Amino acid sequence: MSTTRERTDDAMLHPEMRAGADPDAIIRGGRRLDHAEGTSKPLRPAPELQPRGAKVRGNRPIDQQEAAARFIAATEHEKMHDERLWDLRQKRDREMHGISEWEELRSLASAIKEHTLTHLDEYLDQFEAKARSNGIHVHWARDAAEHNQIVHGILRDHGATSLIKSKSMLTEECGFRHYMASVGIEVIETDLGERIQQLDNEDPSHVVVPAVHKLRTDVAEVFSHTIGTDPGNTDVHYLAEAQREATRPLILKADAGMTGANFVVAETGTFVVCTNEGNADLSANVPKLHIASIGIEKIIPRLEHLAVFVRLLSRSALGSPMTQYTSHFRGPRAGGEMHVVLVDNGRSERLGLEEFWTSLKCIRCGACMNTCPVYRRSGGLSYGATYSGPIGLIIDPTFNARKYSNLPFASSLNGSCTNVCPVKINIHEQIYAWRRVLVKQHEVPLVKKAAMKAAGVLLSQPTAYRAAIASADTALAHLPRFVIYNGLNAWGKHREVPHPPKQTFHSWYHANRGAKL
Amino acid sequence: MSSRDDILASIRANLPRVDRPLPHVPLFDNDPPGSLLSAFKDNLHRMGGVFLDPPTTADILAPVRAKIADAKVVCSTVPEIAGNRDIAGVGAPRELADIDFAVVRASFAVAETGSVLLSDADLRVNGVAYLAQHLIVLLDPADIVVNLHHAYRRPEFRDRHYASFHTGPSATADIEGVLIHGAQGVRSLSVLPIARATGNRIH
Repeated sequence: MSTTRERTDDAMLHPEMRAGADPDAIIRGGRRLDHAEGTSKPLRPAPELQPRGAKVRGNRPIDQQEAAARFIAATEHEKMHDERLWDLRQKRDREMHGISEWEELRSLASAIKEHTLTHLDEYLDQFEAKARSNGIHVHWARDAAEHNQIVHGILRDHGATSLIKSKSMLTEECGFRHYMASVGIEVIETDLGERIQQLDNEDPSHVVVPAVHKLRTDVAEVFSHTIGTDPGNTDVHYLAEAQREATRPLILKADAGMTGANFVVAETGTFVVCTNEGNADLSANVPKLHIASIGIEKIIPRLEHLAVFVRLLSRSALGSPMTQYTSHFRGPRAGGEMHVVLVDNGRSERLGLEEFWTSLKCIRCGACMNTCPVYRRSGGLSYGATYSGPIGLIIDPTFNARKYSNLPFASSLNGSCTNVCPVKINIHEQIYAWRRVLVKQHEVPLVKKAAMKAAGVLLSQPTAYRAAIASADTALAHLPRFVIYNGLNAWGKHREVPHPPKQTFHSWYHANRGAKL
Repeated sequence: MSSRDDILASIRANLPRVDRPLPHVPLFDNDPPGSLLSAFKDNLHRMGGVFLDPPTTADILAPVRAKIADAKVVCSTVPEIAGNRDIAGVGAPRELADIDFAVVRASFAVAETGSVLLSDADLRVNGVAYLAQHLIVLLDPADIVVNLHHAYRRPEFRDRHYASFHTGPSATADIEGVLIHGAQGVRSLSVLPIARATGNRIH
């Protein structure tokens, strides 16, 4: 038997994106390093104008397909995005295979999170008491507006007018930078990707790699008119170094620092921040004042549980064994002051949604985004929401069911997201459940409703479903192209529908295994 | 009602009525590597760190001395190496911005990931580990634990206000996935295995 299929990690989606040479590589002991979010192989796209994200018009439903079509039309961006995220997925698989207890860790992570969420009040109470006794000031915010006001109040009390911060999806959710600008506080993002996005006045497109949709030429363009780099120089080392040099003085003179948190440990009153750049540690350890904004769902009971999540997080996110920095804050440093703002912003209500509460297990690793064929080809900004990709599809409608009513349809329901999720959220099932809920709430346009109705009838009748799948596969094999690639089938646009299987799984199982039962 | 009471009341009203017991977490240490030191070294290298092989004869600190020989500002928190910037005299962390090399000792290390743990007691001023251009870490080979499950049983996480795993240097690949060392923090992290000085052994 041939073993040619052993090394699938070298498989590329777009082999033409592979660079001929690898001058940027860092080689150690003959090995090309690919830790953190580094690619496992050199990629090189051609310059191209950057496509922009979804058009957001107040409360009107986001047209994800329209923005995705523009991203797909920018072929260099689309192929680079697709390839880079698929590379992260493959690195994730490599790490997974290196740990024999991987599936056990996923089950533990899921069980720990479900236990904590079903006792959330008790653990928050325990954390608060412990953190206070360690000298941390603990605040509570019902929603985004209250969060922003609390942070503003702390800054005002200290006469602080500049704030350095590390990346936090929660502060994105709260529209924090926008609010701070309105009250005259200068906010400086210190994560390179987030800084690029801030300077370009654009939201992050991915929870872990915020500027993954941009090419080096796009970054050179942004930096040339914001931090004064040479517009003709697109060397990545030059761009990163220029940003370091431009940000360092701002870090040194900032009045306050802000971080998010990846995990919160109830028994010790600790919060944990993971970064690759060390920028959270600069934000927390250089100014006297440190404020951490933390979603209430980040809590876990004890230190022994933290080990499970730290082992899973970076491996799932980037295929790197650990973030470069995993920092544990249990109290203020000598002469410093530490504040924690615990934020609800819809989370406690989500806890009461029977079909959707387990989405609160999410640790924001982005693995579901990296594996999702729709996300990889649409770009995160096409979702027009704080959270994009599969996890976004099931979180965003809880913030605004009308505005994000189209998002649960941006999925092929292939289930890959569920398979890679380190905390075992049944993401694709929740996506389907959201479609049902939104149809019931009349938030869904007519074409989708008709298709949903037919699908609903089929899915409730296993025999009819099997017959329909078998005949659909037969039809796919024989129908003329114009029937499959028509305007009503959005995901037949710009892509080939997969070759239909000659036999359905069910009929294969019946023929091959059925008798053995 | 205060926001705190509001949020806790909302949580209690919405708690899923399902039974989810807290699982027991094993230590996953049935199959440890033959040598913790060489496993640590391999994983440190994967993460972009540098393992300084100690010379078998003469001065064991020679690799550190060679690194800092041409540096203008060296700040050391360890008795083994004398710097020229006294950390005890530092008022504000930003005064550390001109440091070329910082030399510190790790509380312990993790073989599984190639991480070293630096606490506020090891650093004296936390900012030194991020504002310096380069970081050199002394590690007692006796202070290596097999994996993160063992690491989180260590006392530092209950005793210290600040403790950070450093796994290689500051890194980013936010632009086209091109790996860069020294994104915002240190440009390099080197680890020299050397036992704690007698009388200085904490564990």
